[in-house]
Amino acid sequence: MAGGKEIKSKIGSINNTRKITSAMEKVAVSKMRKAQERVAATRPYAEGMRKVIGNIAQGNIEYRHPYLSERDVKRVGYIIISTDRGLCGGLNTNEFKKVVLEMKSWKSQNVEAEFAVIGNKATAFFKRFGGKVVAQQTGSGDVPRLADVIGSVKVMLQAYLDGRIDRLFLVYNTFVNTMKQEPVIDQLLPLPQTEVSPKEHKWDYLYEPDPQPILDMLLDRYIESQVYQGVVENAASEHAARMVAMKAATDNAGNLMDDLKLVYNKARQAAITQELSEIVAGAAAVG
Amino acid sequence: MAMTVQLDVVSAEEKIFSGLVESVQVTGSEGELGILPFHAPLLTPLKPGMVRIVKQFGEEHVIYVAGGVLEVQPDSITVLADVAVRGEDLDEQAALDAQKRATEAMQHAGADFNYAEAAAQLAEAIAQLRVIQKLRKK
Repeated sequence: MAGGKEIKSKIGSINNTRKITSAMEKVAVSKMRKAQERVAATRPYAEGMRKVIGNIAQGNIEYRHPYLSERDVKRVGYIIISTDRGLCGGLNTNEFKKVVLEMKSWKSQNVEAEFAVIGNKATAFFKRFGGKVVAQQTGSGDVPRLADVIGSVKVMLQAYLDGRIDRLFLVYNTFVNTMKQEPVIDQLLPLPQTEVSPKEHKWDYLYEPDPQPILDMLLDRYIESQVYQGVVENAASEHAARMVAMKAATDNAGNLMDDLKLVYNKARQAAITQELSEIVAGAAAVG
Repeated sequence: MAMTVQLDVVSAEEKIFSGLVESVQVTGSEGELGILPFHAPLLTPLKPGMVRIVKQFGEEHVIYVAGGVLEVQPDSITVLADVAVRGEDLDEQAALDAQKRATEAMQHAGADFNYAEAAAQLAEAIAQLRVIQKLRKK
Protein backbone atom coordinates (compact mmCIF):
# COMPACT_ATOMS: atom_id res chain seq x y z
CA MET A 1 0.00 0.00 0.00
CA ALA A 2 1.99 2.92 -1.37
CA GLY A 3 2.39 5.90 0.94
CA GLY A 4 -0.59 4.92 3.07
CA LYS A 5 1.34 5.08 6.29
CA GLU A 6 2.91 8.42 5.47
CA ILE A 7 -0.46 9.93 4.63
CA LYS A 8 -1.94 8.59 7.83
CA SER A 9 0.81 10.09 9.98
CA LYS A 10 0.45 13.40 8.16
CA ILE A 11 -3.27 13.44 8.90
CA GLY A 12 -2.44 12.76 12.52
CA SER A 13 0.01 15.65 12.73
CA ILE A 14 -2.41 18.06 11.06
CA ASN A 15 -5.08 16.98 13.47
CA ASN A 16 -2.77 17.83 16.36
CA THR A 17 -2.03 21.23 14.88
CA ARG A 18 -5.74 21.81 14.48
CA LYS A 19 -6.33 21.02 18.12
CA ILE A 20 -3.73 23.62 19.09
CA THR A 21 -5.07 26.34 16.81
CA SER A 22 -8.61 25.74 17.95
CA ALA A 23 -7.50 25.95 21.59
CA MET A 24 -5.67 29.19 20.84
CA GLU A 25 -8.79 30.55 19.22
CA LYS A 26 -10.85 29.85 22.32
CA VAL A 27 -8.23 31.41 24.59
CA ALA A 28 -8.13 34.50 22.37
CA VAL A 29 -11.91 34.85 22.58
CA SER A 30 -11.92 34.96 26.36
CA LYS A 31 -8.87 37.24 26.53
CA MET A 32 -10.44 39.58 24.01
CA ARG A 33 -13.55 39.98 26.19
CA LYS A 34 -11.44 40.90 29.19
CA ALA A 35 -9.33 43.28 27.14
CA GLN A 36 -12.45 45.00 25.87
CA GLU A 37 -13.65 45.50 29.43
CA ARG A 38 -10.29 47.03 30.24
CA VAL A 39 -10.63 49.44 27.31
CA ALA A 40 -14.01 50.55 28.61
CA ALA A 41 -12.60 50.99 32.13
CA THR A 42 -9.98 53.50 30.97
CA ARG A 43 -12.55 55.89 29.50
CA PRO A 44 -13.93 57.66 32.59
CA TYR A 45 -10.43 58.79 33.61
CA ALA A 46 -9.60 60.21 30.19
CA GLU A 47 -12.96 61.97 30.09
CA GLY A 48 -12.45 63.46 33.53
CA MET A 49 -8.99 64.64 32.52
CA ARG A 50 -10.24 66.20 29.32
CA LYS A 51 -12.99 68.03 31.19
CA VAL A 52 -10.64 69.45 33.81
CA ILE A 53 -7.97 70.45 31.29
CA GLY A 54 -10.65 72.09 29.18
CA ASN A 55 -11.92 74.01 32.19
CA ILE A 56 -8.43 75.23 33.06
CA ALA A 57 -7.75 76.26 29.48
CA GLN A 58 -10.93 78.32 29.50
CA GLY A 59 -10.11 79.90 32.81
CA ASN A 60 -8.07 83.06 32.63
CA ILE A 61 -4.53 82.05 33.41
CA GLU A 62 -1.56 83.58 31.66
CA TYR A 63 0.53 80.44 31.73
CA ARG A 64 0.85 78.80 28.35
CA HIS A 65 2.12 75.26 28.58
CA PRO A 66 4.62 74.12 25.88
CA TYR A 67 2.40 71.06 25.24
CA LEU A 68 -0.28 73.38 23.95
CA SER A 69 1.72 75.51 21.51
CA GLU A 70 2.60 74.57 17.94
CA ARG A 71 6.12 75.01 16.61
CA ASP A 72 7.98 74.35 13.37
CA VAL A 73 8.56 70.67 12.73
CA LYS A 74 12.18 69.66 12.42
CA ARG A 75 12.09 66.34 14.21
CA VAL A 76 9.21 64.11 15.15
CA GLY A 77 8.75 61.40 17.74
CA TYR A 78 6.66 58.25 17.57
CA ILE A 79 5.48 55.97 20.31
CA ILE A 80 4.74 52.69 18.60
CA ILE A 81 2.68 50.06 20.33
CA SER A 82 2.91 46.50 19.03
CA THR A 83 2.24 43.04 20.35
CA ASP A 84 4.75 40.88 22.19
CA ARG A 85 3.73 37.70 20.43
CA GLY A 86 2.98 36.74 16.86
CA LEU A 87 0.30 34.55 15.29
CA CYS A 88 -2.11 37.43 15.05
CA GLY A 89 -2.44 37.85 11.30
CA GLY A 90 -1.28 41.04 9.67
CA LEU A 91 -1.88 43.19 12.72
CA ASN A 92 1.70 44.33 13.30
CA THR A 93 2.71 44.29 9.64
CA ASN A 94 -0.10 46.64 8.65
CA GLU A 95 0.77 48.97 11.50
CA PHE A 96 4.47 49.13 10.57
CA LYS A 97 3.59 49.67 6.92
CA LYS A 98 1.63 52.73 7.90
CA VAL A 99 4.57 54.05 9.92
CA VAL A 100 7.01 53.40 7.06
CA LEU A 101 4.77 55.38 4.70
CA GLU A 102 4.70 58.28 7.16
CA MET A 103 8.47 58.09 7.49
CA LYS A 104 8.83 58.43 3.74
CA SER A 105 6.72 61.56 3.66
CA TRP A 106 8.64 63.05 6.61
CA LYS A 107 11.93 62.21 4.95
CA SER A 108 10.91 64.08 1.82
CA GLN A 109 10.43 67.12 4.06
CA ASN A 110 13.82 66.56 5.70
CA VAL A 111 12.27 65.72 9.02
CA GLU A 112 13.99 63.13 11.18
CA ALA A 113 12.25 60.76 13.53
CA GLU A 114 12.79 59.15 16.91
CA PHE A 115 10.95 56.12 18.16
CA ALA A 116 9.83 54.73 21.47
CA VAL A 117 8.76 51.14 20.96
CA ILE A 118 6.46 49.07 23.11
CA GLY A 119 6.29 45.32 22.42
CA ASN A 120 8.68 42.72 21.00
CA LYS A 121 7.44 42.96 17.45
CA ALA A 122 8.10 46.66 17.11
CA THR A 123 11.54 46.24 18.66
CA ALA A 124 12.47 43.52 16.19
CA PHE A 125 11.05 45.51 13.30
CA PHE A 126 12.92 48.71 14.08
CA LYS A 127 16.10 46.81 14.62
CA ARG A 128 15.85 45.69 11.01
CA PHE A 129 14.30 48.84 9.63
CA GLY A 130 16.81 51.16 11.25
CA GLY A 131 15.77 54.35 12.95
CA LYS A 132 16.65 55.94 16.22
CA VAL A 133 15.01 54.02 19.03
CA VAL A 134 15.27 55.97 22.26
CA ALA A 135 13.07 53.92 24.55
CA GLN A 136 11.86 50.37 24.65
CA GLN A 137 9.37 48.38 26.69
CA THR A 138 8.27 44.77 26.38
CA GLY A 139 6.50 42.14 28.40
CA SER A 140 3.36 44.01 29.43
CA GLY A 141 1.54 40.68 29.46
CA ASP A 142 -2.19 40.27 29.32
CA VAL A 143 -2.90 42.83 32.02
CA PRO A 144 -0.95 45.95 31.04
CA ARG A 145 -0.25 48.40 33.86
CA LEU A 146 0.03 52.14 33.54
CA ALA A 147 3.39 51.86 35.29
CA ASP A 148 4.68 49.92 32.26
CA VAL A 149 4.42 52.94 29.98
CA ILE A 150 5.60 55.70 32.31
CA GLY A 151 9.28 55.32 31.40
CA SER A 152 8.87 55.40 27.63
CA VAL A 153 6.41 58.30 27.80
CA LYS A 154 8.70 60.27 30.07
CA VAL A 155 11.60 59.89 27.62
CA MET A 156 9.48 61.29 24.81
CA LEU A 157 7.98 64.10 26.89
CA GLN A 158 11.46 65.12 27.97
CA ALA A 159 12.61 65.06 24.35
CA TYR A 160 9.71 67.35 23.52
CA LEU A 161 10.46 69.76 26.35
CA ASP A 162 14.17 69.81 25.42
CA GLY A 163 13.21 70.62 21.83
CA ARG A 164 14.65 67.40 20.40
CA ILE A 165 11.29 66.61 18.89
CA ASP A 166 8.58 69.03 17.83
CA ARG A 167 5.72 66.64 17.49
CA LEU A 168 4.80 63.40 19.17
CA PHE A 169 2.59 60.72 17.66
CA LEU A 170 1.08 57.55 19.03
CA VAL A 171 0.69 54.51 16.78
CA TYR A 172 -1.51 51.57 17.72
CA ASN A 173 -4.29 49.35 16.40
CA THR A 174 -7.83 50.45 17.21
CA PHE A 175 -10.42 47.85 17.88
CA VAL A 176 -13.20 48.57 15.39
CA ASN A 177 -14.93 45.25 15.85
CA THR A 178 -13.97 41.60 16.17
CA MET A 179 -13.29 41.25 12.47
CA LYS A 180 -11.68 44.60 11.93
CA GLN A 181 -8.72 46.31 13.58
CA GLU A 182 -7.19 49.40 12.09
CA PRO A 183 -3.78 50.95 12.67
CA VAL A 184 -4.04 54.64 13.58
CA ILE A 185 -1.57 57.43 14.14
CA ASP A 186 -2.76 59.95 16.73
CA GLN A 187 -1.06 63.22 17.47
CA LEU A 188 -0.24 63.50 21.17
CA LEU A 189 1.83 66.69 21.21
CA PRO A 190 1.20 69.50 20.82
CA LEU A 191 -2.27 68.70 22.13
CA PRO A 192 -4.75 69.15 19.31
CA GLN A 193 -6.85 72.22 20.12
CA THR A 194 -10.10 71.14 21.64
CA GLU A 195 -13.12 72.99 20.49
CA VAL A 196 -13.70 75.58 23.19
CA SER A 197 -17.38 75.79 23.87
CA PRO A 198 -18.54 79.36 23.33
CA LYS A 199 -20.72 79.43 26.45
CA GLU A 200 -19.68 82.18 28.79
CA HIS A 201 -17.18 80.91 31.26
CA LYS A 202 -17.45 83.12 34.28
CA TRP A 203 -15.92 80.93 36.93
CA ASP A 204 -12.45 79.62 37.59
CA TYR A 205 -11.15 77.09 40.04
CA LEU A 206 -9.65 77.88 43.39
CA TYR A 207 -6.18 76.49 42.91
CA GLU A 208 -4.27 74.99 45.78
CA PRO A 209 -1.44 75.93 45.65
CA ASP A 210 -0.91 77.29 42.06
CA PRO A 211 -2.47 76.50 38.72
CA GLN A 212 0.86 75.98 36.96
CA PRO A 213 2.14 72.82 38.68
CA ILE A 214 -1.34 71.35 38.67
CA LEU A 215 -1.64 71.87 34.93
CA ASP A 216 1.84 70.38 34.38
CA MET A 217 0.91 67.34 36.38
CA LEU A 218 -2.46 66.94 34.70
CA LEU A 219 -1.03 67.18 31.18
CA ASP A 220 1.66 64.57 31.91
CA ARG A 221 -0.96 62.27 33.35
CA TYR A 222 -3.22 62.90 30.40
CA ILE A 223 -0.57 61.93 27.86
CA GLU A 224 0.27 58.85 29.90
CA SER A 225 -3.34 57.82 30.05
CA GLN A 226 -3.66 58.28 26.28
CA VAL A 227 -0.68 55.97 25.73
CA TYR A 228 -2.05 53.50 28.24
CA GLN A 229 -5.37 53.51 26.43
CA GLY A 230 -3.46 52.75 23.23
CA VAL A 231 -1.73 49.82 24.89
CA VAL A 232 -5.00 48.40 26.18
CA GLU A 233 -6.78 48.89 22.90
CA ASN A 234 -3.90 47.33 21.01
CA ALA A 235 -4.15 44.31 23.31
CA ALA A 236 -7.85 43.96 22.52
CA SER A 237 -7.02 44.18 18.79
CA GLU A 238 -4.28 41.59 19.22
CA HIS A 239 -6.62 39.05 20.73
CA ALA A 240 -9.30 39.72 18.14
CA ALA A 241 -6.80 39.37 15.29
CA ARG A 242 -5.42 36.19 16.81
CA MET A 243 -8.90 34.81 17.18
CA VAL A 244 -9.65 35.38 13.50
CA ALA A 245 -6.25 34.05 12.39
CA MET A 246 -6.61 30.92 14.50
CA LYS A 247 -10.13 30.32 13.27
CA ALA A 248 -8.87 30.48 9.69
CA ALA A 249 -6.00 28.14 10.58
CA THR A 250 -8.38 25.66 12.18
CA ASP A 251 -10.65 25.72 9.13
CA ASN A 252 -7.71 25.27 6.79
CA ALA A 253 -6.42 22.34 8.82
CA GLY A 254 -9.87 20.76 8.56
CA ASN A 255 -9.93 21.18 4.78
CA LEU A 256 -6.45 19.78 4.47
CA MET A 257 -7.42 16.76 6.54
CA ASP A 258 -10.46 16.11 4.34
CA ASP A 259 -8.31 16.27 1.21
CA LEU A 260 -5.70 13.97 2.68
CA LYS A 261 -8.34 11.47 3.80
CA LEU A 262 -9.60 11.32 0.23
CA VAL A 263 -6.09 10.68 -1.04
CA TYR A 264 -5.58 8.05 1.63
CA ASN A 265 -8.78 6.21 0.77
CA LYS A 266 -7.99 6.30 -2.92
CA ALA A 267 -4.55 4.86 -2.25
CA ARG A 268 -6.07 2.17 -0.07
CA GLN A 269 -8.63 1.26 -2.70
CA ALA A 270 -5.98 1.15 -5.42
CA ALA A 271 -3.84 -1.14 -3.27
CA ILE A 272 -6.74 -3.54 -2.69
CA THR A 273 -7.66 -3.55 -6.37
CA GLN A 274 -4.09 -4.29 -7.29
CA GLU A 275 -3.80 -7.12 -4.79
CA LEU A 276 -7.05 -8.65 -6.04
CA SER A 277 -6.00 -8.50 -9.66
CA GLU A 278 -2.65 -10.07 -8.74
CA ILE A 279 -4.38 -12.96 -7.00
CA VAL A 280 -6.80 -13.45 -9.91
CA ALA A 281 -3.92 -13.31 -12.38
CA GLY A 282 -1.94 -15.80 -10.26
CA ALA A 283 -4.89 -18.19 -10.03
CA ALA A 284 -5.39 -17.96 -13.78
CA ALA A 285 -1.75 -18.78 -14.42
CA VAL A 286 -1.88 -21.86 -12.15
CA GLY A 287 -5.26 -23.01 -13.52
CA MET B 1 -32.48 64.07 54.27
CA ALA B 2 -28.91 65.28 53.97
CA MET B 3 -27.83 66.91 50.77
CA THR B 4 -25.70 64.84 48.44
CA VAL B 5 -23.27 65.37 45.59
CA GLN B 6 -22.08 63.07 42.83
CA LEU B 7 -18.59 61.65 43.49
CA ASP B 8 -16.46 59.80 40.95
CA VAL B 9 -13.14 58.25 41.88
CA VAL B 10 -11.39 57.08 38.73
CA SER B 11 -7.88 55.94 37.85
CA ALA B 12 -6.33 55.41 34.43
CA GLU B 13 -6.94 51.68 34.80
CA GLU B 14 -10.40 51.50 36.32
CA LYS B 15 -13.38 53.21 37.88
CA ILE B 16 -12.97 52.93 41.63
CA PHE B 17 -16.10 54.57 43.00
CA SER B 18 -19.12 56.33 41.65
CA GLY B 19 -22.18 57.44 43.56
CA LEU B 20 -23.94 60.05 45.67
CA VAL B 21 -22.17 61.14 48.82
CA GLU B 22 -22.87 63.45 51.75
CA SER B 23 -19.25 64.43 52.31
CA VAL B 24 -15.69 63.56 51.32
CA GLN B 25 -12.44 63.87 53.25
CA VAL B 26 -9.12 63.82 51.41
CA THR B 27 -5.49 64.71 52.01
CA GLY B 28 -4.64 67.56 49.67
CA SER B 29 -1.09 68.69 49.06
CA GLU B 30 -1.74 71.62 51.41
CA GLY B 31 -3.55 69.68 54.08
CA GLU B 32 -6.73 67.85 55.01
CA LEU B 33 -9.85 68.83 53.12
CA GLY B 34 -13.48 68.14 53.84
CA ILE B 35 -15.83 68.67 50.92
CA LEU B 36 -19.59 69.07 51.28
CA PRO B 37 -22.19 69.54 48.54
CA PHE B 38 -22.17 72.94 46.79
CA HIS B 39 -18.51 73.55 47.47
CA ALA B 40 -16.84 76.25 45.36
CA PRO B 41 -14.88 75.01 42.31
CA LEU B 42 -11.50 73.77 43.52
CA LEU B 43 -8.54 72.00 42.03
CA THR B 44 -5.74 70.53 44.11
CA PRO B 45 -3.18 67.72 43.95
CA LEU B 46 -3.61 64.89 46.44
CA LYS B 47 -1.07 63.25 48.67
CA PRO B 48 -1.04 59.48 48.98
CA GLY B 49 -3.60 58.66 51.64
CA MET B 50 -7.17 57.81 52.50
CA VAL B 51 -10.28 59.18 50.88
CA ARG B 52 -13.04 58.99 53.47
CA ILE B 53 -16.47 59.03 51.95
CA VAL B 54 -19.79 59.40 53.72
CA LYS B 55 -22.25 57.90 51.32
CA GLN B 56 -25.89 58.81 51.03
CA PHE B 57 -27.75 57.62 54.18
CA GLY B 58 -24.58 57.97 56.25
CA GLU B 59 -22.67 54.84 55.37
CA GLU B 60 -18.91 55.33 55.52
CA HIS B 61 -16.46 54.08 52.98
CA VAL B 62 -12.67 54.41 52.82
CA ILE B 63 -10.51 54.23 49.69
CA TYR B 64 -6.75 54.44 49.48
CA VAL B 65 -5.32 56.57 46.70
CA ALA B 66 -1.66 56.87 45.75
CA GLY B 67 -1.96 60.54 44.89
CA GLY B 68 -3.75 62.29 42.07
CA VAL B 69 -5.88 65.36 41.58
CA LEU B 70 -9.12 66.44 43.20
CA GLU B 71 -11.57 68.46 41.17
CA VAL B 72 -14.56 69.99 42.90
CA GLN B 73 -17.56 71.64 41.35
CA PRO B 74 -20.75 72.58 43.14
CA ASP B 75 -22.62 69.60 41.71
CA SER B 76 -19.86 67.06 41.27
CA ILE B 77 -16.57 65.90 42.75
CA THR B 78 -13.98 63.99 40.74
CA VAL B 79 -10.89 62.31 42.10
CA LEU B 80 -8.44 61.52 39.31
CA ALA B 81 -6.38 58.97 41.21
CA ASP B 82 -2.88 57.77 40.34
CA VAL B 83 -2.40 54.04 40.07
CA ALA B 84 0.86 54.04 42.01
CA VAL B 85 2.88 56.38 44.16
CA ARG B 86 4.67 58.77 41.84
CA GLY B 87 7.70 60.88 42.31
CA GLU B 88 10.05 62.80 40.06
CA ASP B 89 12.91 60.41 40.96
CA LEU B 90 10.84 57.32 40.27
CA ASP B 91 9.70 58.66 36.91
CA GLU B 92 13.25 59.59 36.03
CA GLN B 93 14.40 56.09 36.89
CA ALA B 94 11.67 54.56 34.74
CA ALA B 95 12.72 56.78 31.84
CA LEU B 96 16.38 55.81 32.21
CA ASP B 97 15.41 52.13 32.28
CA ALA B 98 13.41 52.50 29.09
CA GLN B 99 16.35 54.19 27.39
CA LYS B 100 18.77 51.55 28.57
CA ARG B 101 16.55 48.79 27.29
CA ALA B 102 16.38 50.52 23.92
CA THR B 103 20.17 50.65 23.52
CA GLU B 104 20.51 47.07 24.70
CA ALA B 105 17.80 45.83 22.40
CA MET B 106 19.32 47.58 19.42
CA GLN B 107 22.88 46.43 20.09
CA HIS B 108 22.91 43.03 21.73
CA ALA B 109 20.75 40.25 20.50
CA GLY B 110 19.24 38.27 23.33
CA ALA B 111 17.80 34.80 22.90
CA ASP B 112 14.23 36.05 22.48
CA PHE B 113 15.32 38.63 20.10
CA ASN B 114 16.96 36.37 17.58
CA TYR B 115 13.84 34.34 17.58
CA ALA B 116 11.62 37.30 16.76
CA GLU B 117 13.97 38.43 14.05
CA ALA B 118 14.32 34.98 12.60
CA ALA B 119 10.56 34.64 12.59
CA ALA B 120 10.27 37.89 10.67
CA GLN B 121 12.83 36.76 8.14
CA LEU B 122 11.16 33.40 7.78
CA ALA B 123 7.79 35.05 7.13
CA GLU B 124 9.42 37.18 4.46
CA ALA B 125 11.07 34.18 2.80
CA ILE B 126 7.81 32.25 2.82
CA ALA B 127 6.03 35.17 1.20
CA GLN B 128 8.70 35.33 -1.51
CA LEU B 129 8.45 31.60 -2.12
CA ARG B 130 4.73 31.85 -2.47
CA VAL B 131 5.09 34.56 -5.11
CA ILE B 132 7.60 32.44 -7.01
CA GLN B 133 5.32 29.43 -6.90
CA LYS B 134 2.41 31.48 -8.15
CA LEU B 135 4.49 32.84 -11.01
CA ARG B 136 5.60 29.32 -11.96
CA LYS B 137 2.05 28.06 -12.07
CA LYS B 138 1.06 30.69 -14.59
